[in-house]
Amino acid sequence: MIQLKYDPLNIVVCGIGGQGNVLAAEVVGSAMIDRGCRVAVGETYGASQRGGSVMSHVRVSLQDDPSVLIPSGEAHIIIGFEPLETLRIARKYAGADTVAVYDPRPVYPLGVLQGVQTYPDLDALQEEIRSLTTLALAVPAADIAMEAGDSRAANIALLGAFSQVPGAPLSREDLEKILARRFKGAVLELNQKAFAMGCGAAGKGGAQ
Amino acid sequence: MTANAPGAVVLMQGNEAIVRGAAEAGIHFAASYPGSPSSQILGMLGKIARERNFYAEWSTNEVCAIQACMGASFAGARALCVVKQNGLLCTADALHCGAQQGVKGGLVVVTSDDPSAHSSTNEFDSRWQAQSASVALLEPTTMQEAKDMIPYAFELSERVGQIVIVRLTTRVCHGRGCVTLGELPEENRPLERVREWDRMVCVSYMHGPMLEKLEALRGAFNESPYNHYSGPEGARDLIVAGGTGRLYAQEAVKRLGVQDRVGLLSLGALWPLPEDYILKYLRGAERVLILEEVDPFLEQGLEALAGREKLSLTFLGRDHGALPKIGELDPDNVEKAISILTGAPLPEKRLPDGAGKTPLPVRELTFCAGCPHRATFYLLKKALRQEKNPGIVVGDIGCYFMAGQSAGQYGYQACNCMGSGVSMAEGLGQLTHYGLDQKVVTICGDSTFFHTIMPGIVNAVYQSANMLLIVLDNSATAMTGFQPHPGTGLTAMGDHARPMDIQKILEAIGCEVEVADPFETVQAEKTLRRMLARPGMNVLIMRQPCATLKTKERKGKKPRVWVDQSRCIGEGCGCDKHCSRVWGCPGNTWDFSTGKAQIDPVTCVGCGVCAKLCPAGAIQVEGETEA
Repeated sequence: MIQLKYDPLNIVVCGIGGQGNVLAAEVVGSAMIDRGCRVAVGETYGASQRGGSVMSHVRVSLQDDPSVLIPSGEAHIIIGFEPLETLRIARKYAGADTVAVYDPRPVYPLGVLQGVQTYPDLDALQEEIRSLTTLALAVPAADIAMEAGDSRAANIALLGAFSQVPGAPLSREDLEKILARRFKGAVLELNQKAFAMGCGAAGKGGAQ
Repeated sequence: MTANAPGAVVLMQGNEAIVRGAAEAGIHFAASYPGSPSSQILGMLGKIARERNFYAEWSTNEVCAIQACMGASFAGARALCVVKQNGLLCTADALHCGAQQGVKGGLVVVTSDDPSAHSSTNEFDSRWQAQSASVALLEPTTMQEAKDMIPYAFELSERVGQIVIVRLTTRVCHGRGCVTLGELPEENRPLERVREWDRMVCVSYMHGPMLEKLEALRGAFNESPYNHYSGPEGARDLIVAGGTGRLYAQEAVKRLGVQDRVGLLSLGALWPLPEDYILKYLRGAERVLILEEVDPFLEQGLEALAGREKLSLTFLGRDHGALPKIGELDPDNVEKAISILTGAPLPEKRLPDGAGKTPLPVRELTFCAGCPHRATFYLLKKALRQEKNPGIVVGDIGCYFMAGQSAGQYGYQACNCMGSGVSMAEGLGQLTHYGLDQKVVTICGDSTFFHTIMPGIVNAVYQSANMLLIVLDNSATAMTGFQPHPGTGLTAMGDHARPMDIQKILEAIGCEVEVADPFETVQAEKTLRRMLARPGMNVLIMRQPCATLKTKERKGKKPRVWVDQSRCIGEGCGCDKHCSRVWGCPGNTWDFSTGKAQIDPVTCVGCGVCAKLCPAGAIQVEGETEA
């Protein structure tokens, strides 16, 4: 039987619409159900494909059905597809013991490109993520996915890295099983490759 | 979705749970018009319809959908109508008349409300429609309840011969949770022939029977398994929750350590109010906190009930402080409200020193990379700026609602509800005969065109308004997820149908019609200007498929677009960062270290329009663009 460090265990998956946020959350949720847990997932949507900030909340319990939203300050794991979004989420949801796995590649908001807003200094931004978390692992998931063959697999690459975090609630095998069930053919191959590369990247000491 | 595996536990989205519930209820008929957050329901029903031997359609609008369900019900069919909050309001006349005529086969309307308007222009509370139309309403909190309430709603509907509404909210539709599957029926109940003297007519003498049906369900709701209580007996602090607030409250009372002295009354079968059941708990209470989404519907109902029973209670909720009057409930505002109810202190949450200081830029929504709407609004703004005055643009509902922001060059000044643009423009266009010296323009998408725009066009042509309607024909109901509509040639069940030709319809109505491709920017701008100069009701069809749809269907490699750094003049160019700042496609980014333009290869879909707009000719396209 799986042991949960916290009950409910709270995971936030965050990024920008179109980065595969909902799918990543669904994969994590399904893997936790396979391990015999009760799972609730809350998605933001509507902004999907349209450049807005998006997040999904995955909540895991061995007792009750949790609500679909995490209270502020109660996230235990943050999976972030973009550094600014990771910080935005860490400020609201990080608590006493929070691990972040994130892609440090910035995607500029429209307002920044139009010169009406400023993107924070990337070093300072990452420093703040570290200050808010007990462990922050920066993994270039989009680059890995492009190397694997398609940038759209960045979400799966980051899940690979997530499985390697110390104390991760899911193993590499748990997630690989879901991928094999969820995808077929060329897409499965791409995702398996990106996933394996993500696992490898986490091992290379991306931890800071 | 159709696995006959009773007892299996599956992670299901709320929308999926509704689909499963419909299959378990053995529906014969389903109809819907897409609207977030429940858009996916009918798409999934369409996919399983053949296997489960029922009919499913994407109707042209919500009124068609609910009335088609009434027709099906008359032949004894179990019919499911799915709408969003705004769609339910579209059906208001049909719903009210339908409640008076009653139903034969069960008729369940699933309506989805969008508290905080995550994917809507506004937040509504559908429960008032149930009250106004005198029909019963159920509201699930968990995905399990979402599934189980569909067969339950059909049973209630058939027990009294009346429409039943199931109200969802965004957090149910787009949440996922564990669902234990039930049994699927072997086969659907046979239909019933409509006999010569059968009647399903809305007439005034049915008013009384309509109210009797409602009272019968009040009795049933006093015993409903979807209304339950947890907590100590005779709790003086009572929480009454309808919908998602219940789960937030369950966790918050534990965090605050007050679970031994607070009662939690959950109402899932909530209209008509199960008064006797509620009074059992109100009688022992002193303070009552109501948790519900959007309006103080239960709060007002319970306050009136308490007043009638001469109970002296303190109410807390959206009407009485403790909770915000607008926006959705969340774990934080619920915890705070319970802290006010009980006096238990809130746990302190602090950021470490130095964190939280730098302001973080917000991400404004924008059109996708390669979206044809971006080009249309860019050209429209350009053309109108060159008129002697700026003109009036009336918006409508679809992705192009975002054109009101920087995504569409702040492209319109007014927007009402779906299908409203053409008639608001008609009103303005009439005033051009009375001294208003501005060009009047409105826009609509292809799905909106069929949904409600057509009668407005008939009106505008017949009344000789001076105006231009731009139909943004991207061959998709893009905002809600690419559902088929009468212009696409596809049906919900995957069949082919003869697509309706918007141009021919417009010509038959008697409009001046032209077609342009917004990606052929020079030609499209010329056509646009020519039409702006013409009197009468003009229609310009801007035809270019949705970029997301094209990406989904793309077989080969996308064209590569890049910035020739030797030709980009960067900040020194007089273009004022035309590509990233003015054109504003998310694929056009800026290298702040070199001060020059670049293309984000991840985001760019390769439409190549920015290459046509770059004054320095620095943007290069390799490979074939379809534009």
